[in-house]
Amino acid sequence: MRYFVTIAYEPTVWAEATEEVQRRYHQAHLDFHEAVAKRAAMVAGEALAGADTATTLRHVDGRPVLSDGPFAETAEQIGGFYLIDADNLDVMTELCALLPQAYSLEIRPVVQIEGFESG
Amino acid sequence: MSAPLEDVFRDEWGRLLALLVAQYRRLDLAEDGLAEAFEAAARLWPEQGPPRIPAAWLLTTARRRVLDRLRAEAVAARKEPLLVVDAEVSQGAASVMVDPGGLVADERLRLVFLCAHPSLSLDAAAALSLRLVLGVSTADIARLFLVSEPTMAARLTRAKRRLAVTGVPFAVPQGPAREQRVGTVAAVAYLAFTAGYAPGSGTDVTRVSLAGEAIRLVRLLRELAPGEPAFDALLALMLLQHSRRAAREDVGGQLVLLPDQDRSLWDQGDIEEALRLLAPLVTHRLHGGAEDYLLQALIAAEHAVAQTAADTRWDRIAEHYAELEALTGSPVVRLNRAVAVGEAEGPAAGLRVLDGLDEALPQSHRLPAVRAELLSRAGDTEGARTAYDQALALCGNEAERALLATRRKALDAAAHPPVESPGDP
Repeated sequence: MRYFVTIAYEPTVWAEATEEVQRRYHQAHLDFHEAVAKRAAMVAGEALAGADTATTLRHVDGRPVLSDGPFAETAEQIGGFYLIDADNLDVMTELCALLPQAYSLEIRPVVQIEGFESG
Repeated sequence: MSAPLEDVFRDEWGRLLALLVAQYRRLDLAEDGLAEAFEAAARLWPEQGPPRIPAAWLLTTARRRVLDRLRAEAVAARKEPLLVVDAEVSQGAASVMVDPGGLVADERLRLVFLCAHPSLSLDAAAALSLRLVLGVSTADIARLFLVSEPTMAARLTRAKRRLAVTGVPFAVPQGPAREQRVGTVAAVAYLAFTAGYAPGSGTDVTRVSLAGEAIRLVRLLRELAPGEPAFDALLALMLLQHSRRAAREDVGGQLVLLPDQDRSLWDQGDIEEALRLLAPLVTHRLHGGAEDYLLQALIAAEHAVAQTAADTRWDRIAEHYAELEALTGSPVVRLNRAVAVGEAEGPAAGLRVLDGLDEALPQSHRLPAVRAELLSRAGDTEGARTAYDQALALCGNEAERALLATRRKALDAAAHPPVESPGDP
């Protein structure tokens, strides 16, 4: 199965983290990558620029309208994502438990829509 | 259902369902197919006589029903999500012709861990476990959790679908994950049990007997996964609480508190079994959830072995509560400790334990109720009256309100009733 992992974090926590803590965050991601390579497969994964760099597009009266900022204003922001192929949810939760503890991680199965299968 | 068929149902439902789930990877179809097979048995067996091997007959019939449904779905081109099941497990289940007994234990354990998966809410997991592992009817589960049958049916359907869509595996967790998962299974079973005793609308004997089904679930867990102290401690705890079922209400349906209960009505068989379970557990150190259940069971056991309420060893109970508080940090546990300390060392000592609890339990009616009893004992009638008023203002349950009102009234008669005892589920 393919899973999409959304990483949410509080920007202030990261901004105020000491160098040592930031180093540990990086290490956690490296450990995660290593474990995924062993037990599953990484399809994609990226870190995102801050939510203040987001451009939100909505249609108003049939016309696309842009606004700055994310679509939901919350204390936690989406900081990145992973797209992973894994056998099941238990494997996914064990892998994701390796990521920094300050994160909230949303793990969702990807739906296969007929006619849109990727190669 | 006839009595012999009911026995077959109790013995075979879980293992047959587990086999069907392993083979077809569809919780909904396995459940419907097996339910229909039992309905057919109820119709046909009295006429034709029971088959030579009832489980094999049921399995074959259920498989046919599942295949019928799968064909109908294929025609309608519907695509339902399949459960994640290891290919070997699936093939193994498909090749079973006659229930080989012990071999299917694995499948049932997989079913238990599936239904009590931590990605489900505890409520949903408890309902699903009762339905799929034990075969308790949706109507009865709805009654247990005090919701309507359609609501419960929808909740069960959602949970079943969720397990398949999110890719929860039909597997027994291994390695370090196992201990945590065992803890979740125990918590789910205990929730099902306490639901039977949660205040409902009036007397409901059925709900108490459904709590007995949760005991059956824990018995099954001990059989399938022997050597898990959490299940031993949990079974002891449930048996001790369940042993008082006949004494919890008077003839008028009024709640009877522990100190006032007729102890001759307590089920001695349950109590003796619980004490036998506890004996080996107290000698070695448990951890986490197992220790939590063990301490609660030890407290219940102190009540169970006291000949009269006056014989209760409150000093030991207070000690167990102190350990439990250290383990859980729970303000509710501290409240119970205050009651025990009040009994063991007098009301002034009990009142001191209550200090600082108001912030942690602002909505609890039990906090002012306990304070009222302790103040009343300490001779502070005015303070007790104020505290009873606070308790009455916060309490939403009719039976408990009636009890509080009676206690408040007794203050005027300058009576000093015993402190309300906790520990009853």
